[in-house]
Amino acid sequence: MAATQIIFAGFGGQGILFSGKFLANGALLEDRQVSWLPSYGPEMRGGTANCSVIISDMPIGSPIVADPDVVVVMNNPSFDKYEELLVPGGKAFIDSSLITRQAVRTDIEAYYIPATQIASDNGLDGLANMVIIGNLIRKTGVVSWDNAETLVRKIVPAKRPELIEYNLKALDLGYNWEN
Amino acid sequence: MSEKVLMKGNEAIAEAALMAGCRHYFGYPITPQTELTAYMAKRLPKMGGVFLQAESELAAINMVIGVSSCGKRVMTSSSSPGISLKSEGLSYLAGCCLPAFVVNVQRGGPGLGGIQPSQSDYWQATRGAHGDYRTIVLAPDSVQEMVSLTIKGFELADKYRMTSMLLADGTLGQMMEPVSLDAGEIKTFDKPWATTGTKMARPHNIINSLSLIPEELEQWNLERFARYDEAEANEVMYEEYKMEDADVCIVSFGITARVSKNAVDEARAAGIKAGMIRPITLWPFPKKPLLAAADKVKAFISVEMSMGQMIEDVELATRCKRPVLLCNRTGGVIPSVKEVLEKINEAEKIGGDRA
Repeated sequence: MAATQIIFAGFGGQGILFSGKFLANGALLEDRQVSWLPSYGPEMRGGTANCSVIISDMPIGSPIVADPDVVVVMNNPSFDKYEELLVPGGKAFIDSSLITRQAVRTDIEAYYIPATQIASDNGLDGLANMVIIGNLIRKTGVVSWDNAETLVRKIVPAKRPELIEYNLKALDLGYNWEN
Repeated sequence: MSEKVLMKGNEAIAEAALMAGCRHYFGYPITPQTELTAYMAKRLPKMGGVFLQAESELAAINMVIGVSSCGKRVMTSSSSPGISLKSEGLSYLAGCCLPAFVVNVQRGGPGLGGIQPSQSDYWQATRGAHGDYRTIVLAPDSVQEMVSLTIKGFELADKYRMTSMLLADGTLGQMMEPVSLDAGEIKTFDKPWATTGTKMARPHNIINSLSLIPEELEQWNLERFARYDEAEANEVMYEEYKMEDADVCIVSFGITARVSKNAVDEARAAGIKAGMIRPITLWPFPKKPLLAAADKVKAFISVEMSMGQMIEDVELATRCKRPVLLCNRTGGVIPSVKEVLEKINEAEKIGGDRA
C-alpha cells in the first residue's frame, strides 16, 4: 500500500487527537512510516480540533495533509471544510448523529455512522471516536484489525484499565456496523 | 537499535537532553514548546536533577549561566518572544565563554506574534544579541533528528565553549513520529575552567564577561573567534537531496525542507530536474556545497517561513552567481507543496549560460 493521508476533525473533547494517535500507533506496530500532526492552540479548548496522520511504506516528506484520502468528521463545520479537500474516490467517515447533512460530492465514498448515538446506547459515552475508527479500519484496511486489542492495551493509560474493555467494545460496534 | 516509539518533537528533545547527561533545566512555559518544559518537570526530579520554572525568561537564562559556570550540562527552552527575553543572557554566555544548550521552537512574530509555526527567528538565531560572538545553530527536520541534534548540541557546546541552539518550529515541536532513542556513546569534555572549587590546589577560575581594557577585550574576542573558526571548519552539516543532475536547487531547513522534498519529487515526476541542499547547521552555514552547486544549477530557491531571511546567506554563499528566488509564507503559514512546485517551474524557465 502506498501512502494514506488522513484528517480527523471535530470538536475539542471528542477524542479527535486520540483517534489519530491510535491509528498512528497501529501503523508503528506494523513497522510502517507514520506522522501525526495536531492542530494546537486556543482551538483545542472547546473549539474545533483536528489532526493529520500519514501512514506510508515510504519515508514521509511533509507531515501536512493538504489532499486527504480519508477524513473523519465529527461536526458540521469539519464536514463543510474537509469534504471539498478529499481526493476523488476518497472516503469520508461521518458521525451522522451530529452531522445533519449528506455529502454533496458524488465522487467520494461517504460512510454515515451514528457513532455518538451508538456509543450512548451502549453506555460508552465519549467513545464515538472509537466507534468510527472501528468502521474506518474495516472500510480502509489502513491498519490491521488483528492488532486492535494490542493497540488498545498499549494506548489506554495504565491507571484506567477499565477503559480497555470499553474501547474494545466501541471499536467492535463500529467494525460490525453496516453502513 | 532500540524499539521505536511515537513521540512529540518537544518531548523527544527533552528525552534526548536527559540522554546527553543534562540534569539542570530552567525555563518558563510558552506555546508551542510547553511539552518540553512539562516533560522536564516530570522527569528531572525523579532523576535527582533540577527542574525549575523560573519567574521569568531572564531569570531562567541567568540560572543557565550559573550552572554552566560550574561545568554542568544545562539547558533552557522557549519560543520566539521568550528567546528575545533570553537574548541578554545569550550574549553574557558568549562573553563568559560558557557552553549552553538552548531550544527555540519558533512561532510567528514579531512581537507576541502568533502561536503557529514560523522560521522568522533565523536572523536572531544566526546573528544573535549584542557583541562579537557566534552561536551554533542546529535545524532538525524530523523528530529523530531532534534527538540526534540535541545530543550533538550539548557536545558541540562543551567542545567549543559556546551556545548551541536547536532551532525548530511549532510543527516539529507538536508532531509525532516514530523515534529510536538509541543515543550511542555520549561525548563529554574536560572543563578545567569551571568554578568547582580550587581545593587549594590551583589558582581561582574566574567566569567574567567584563573588561574595561580595550586591548584585553580585543584579545578575548580574538580567542573566541579562533574557537569559532575551528567550529566553522569542522562542524558544517547538510543534506543533499537529488542534487547529482539538478537544474534547480532548493535551499530549505526544518519543516519547509520536508515540504520541499515532496515538491522536488513531484517536479522530477513532471520531468524537471530539481534537487535540494538542506542546511542542518545554519551556523556554520554550508557555504561550500552551495558555492559548488552555483556552478551547476540554473537557479536557487530559498524556501522559508519568513519574509526572506536565510535567502541572504544563500546569496552570500553562492556569491550571487545564479539567481536566488524566494518561496515563502510568514506569520504562521506553512508553504504548500504546490507553492514550492510553482516556484520550481518559474526557476526552471530561467535561461542564461550555465557554467
